[in-house]
Amino acid sequence: MGLLSKKDAKLITDPLADNNPITIQVLGICSALAITAELKASLVMGIAVLFVLSVGNVVISLMRNIIPSKIRIIVQLIVVAALVIVVDQVLKAFAYELSKTLSVFVGLIITNCIIMGRFEAFALANGPWKSFLDGIGNALGYAVILIIVGFFRELLGSGTLFGIPVLGDPIEKTGVYAIGYENNGFMLMPPMALIVVGLIIWVQRSRNKALIED
Amino acid sequence: MSLKNKLHILKRKYRSKKMAPAFNALHTFLYLPNETTHNGTHIKAADDLKRTMNTVIMAMVPCLLFGMFNAGYQHHLALGEIQSVTGGLFSAEFWTLDNFMVGFWKIIPLVIVSYGVGLLIEFIFAIINKHEVEEGYLVTGMLVPLIVPIDIPLWMLAVAVVFGVVIGKEVFGGTGMNILNPALTIRAFLFFAYPTWMSGDKVWVHGAVERDQAIAAGQNLDAISGETILGALAQSKEVAYSTADMFLGFIPGSVGETSTLLIILGGLFLVFAKIGSWRIMLSSVIGAIVMGLIFNQVVASGWITESSNFYGLMSAPFWEHLIIGGFAFGTVFMATDPVTASQTNKGKWIYGFLVGFISIMIRVFNPAYPEGVMLAILLMNVFAPTIDHYVVQGNVKKRMKRVKVKTA
Repeated sequence: MGLLSKKDAKLITDPLADNNPITIQVLGICSALAITAELKASLVMGIAVLFVLSVGNVVISLMRNIIPSKIRIIVQLIVVAALVIVVDQVLKAFAYELSKTLSVFVGLIITNCIIMGRFEAFALANGPWKSFLDGIGNALGYAVILIIVGFFRELLGSGTLFGIPVLGDPIEKTGVYAIGYENNGFMLMPPMALIVVGLIIWVQRSRNKALIED
Repeated sequence: MSLKNKLHILKRKYRSKKMAPAFNALHTFLYLPNETTHNGTHIKAADDLKRTMNTVIMAMVPCLLFGMFNAGYQHHLALGEIQSVTGGLFSAEFWTLDNFMVGFWKIIPLVIVSYGVGLLIEFIFAIINKHEVEEGYLVTGMLVPLIVPIDIPLWMLAVAVVFGVVIGKEVFGGTGMNILNPALTIRAFLFFAYPTWMSGDKVWVHGAVERDQAIAAGQNLDAISGETILGALAQSKEVAYSTADMFLGFIPGSVGETSTLLIILGGLFLVFAKIGSWRIMLSSVIGAIVMGLIFNQVVASGWITESSNFYGLMSAPFWEHLIIGGFAFGTVFMATDPVTASQTNKGKWIYGFLVGFISIMIRVFNPAYPEGVMLAILLMNVFAPTIDHYVVQGNVKKRMKRVKVKTA
């Protein structure tokens, strides 16, 4: 990559696979379970976190030398809260239906462990450019898992992708429904999201034995 | 050359190859291998895992056969082709070859799919993990066809078996390591994934769903339905079956769970063979009776009136809860699963009591989940290790006290 040095590129690629915030660090599970019944919601959630985390990381990184360490959590919270409110308002203005589906989980980005975790672990100790890349990388790692889970849950649970029927019409009995296939209602429930995330973790760790801890 | 020798040679040929566990399993499933250990003494007991599993299966066979007769009986009865039974257990209307064959052709495929898919998964995992094929699926495979509605599509059953065996058992390390009862995991999966095939008044009688679809398509037929007693009670409706019918099992329901009499016989057999725990069975019945009595008392004291949603189920006499729905079957064959139940004797009493207690509670308070016993057992499966922990700790404390008294 000509644009990024090798070290910088690693900041983005690492969280996508071997240091994924969801499957390896097991953070941000709550929102991953709650909003992944639809692919669209997963995607928007991923974008929202991408924005909050990358911008937040830069802001914290710029302020890192002037934040008194005793009150740094409060400062971090204020930064996240401000960014989340921006996201929330934008969603309400331009995608009202979607913001209703996501409901409280947009607001709960504030408490998403991934964000505070990256502020604490990375942005407080690194420059803005690196922090920006780290934010992009971790948010993408989060979004990728959300989209994988959302893909399977929406496909098997409702037979649609992005709201478009891909398996035929369940009421008119076309497509695969004609031969007796039925949607799996369990897929739409949060427990199944946990199981899908678990399966992803299983696949990932059996491919890379170095990730297995005792 | 006999089949035994052929299998033996095959086993030899594949020894230390990848497929070895598969051939070993086939060989030991059909025959007792004549290999013996060369050193060390070993305790020889006849009731190894395979024998244990076979005993449970034997206890379930009467339920399976009865289920086949009952499937045909309910089918013909709903179509109005035969009269309902009059002569009690030995009614001529019930024990006909025709009834049996209807059930036979519907239930045997369920058994085949259940065993075929489940054992396939066991074989695959045995080969991947390089261990011998475990016998754990033998009982699960027989339980599954008995606890599903007769008309459940076979592919759904196959999907559920894959889910139950992989997520319910193999991820924890296979037979003996599972937290949840795999058969109930399979049923719970079906229940939540395909509710239209698992509840309501259409699924319990063979042909009812098909008939419904034909009517929807414009054919001139009478709809048939086989509402379960729990369904009727939940709506405070008159129950159309006599107590004797409920006890003997001439009622619609999942394949093998209707006949309380045969389940009790199976349970006695298990207790006699020292396979099933009588503590769990007894305490579970006590738990259900206590909860039933509490509900009866609530109704008797006038807190719940007929306008309440719970009235029908709450006012049902406490003993009726024991003979309707899957309670008896769950208590005898599922709650006693030695892997997922409590291990300590005191723990078994607590575990069983709560299974019965919570079953009736779920049944009454949530009419959408009439099979409270399934959810109650799964819930208590999760708590069983905790119960054991406290029982053991309590014992440790008691003994420590004794030591202290002596030394003081």
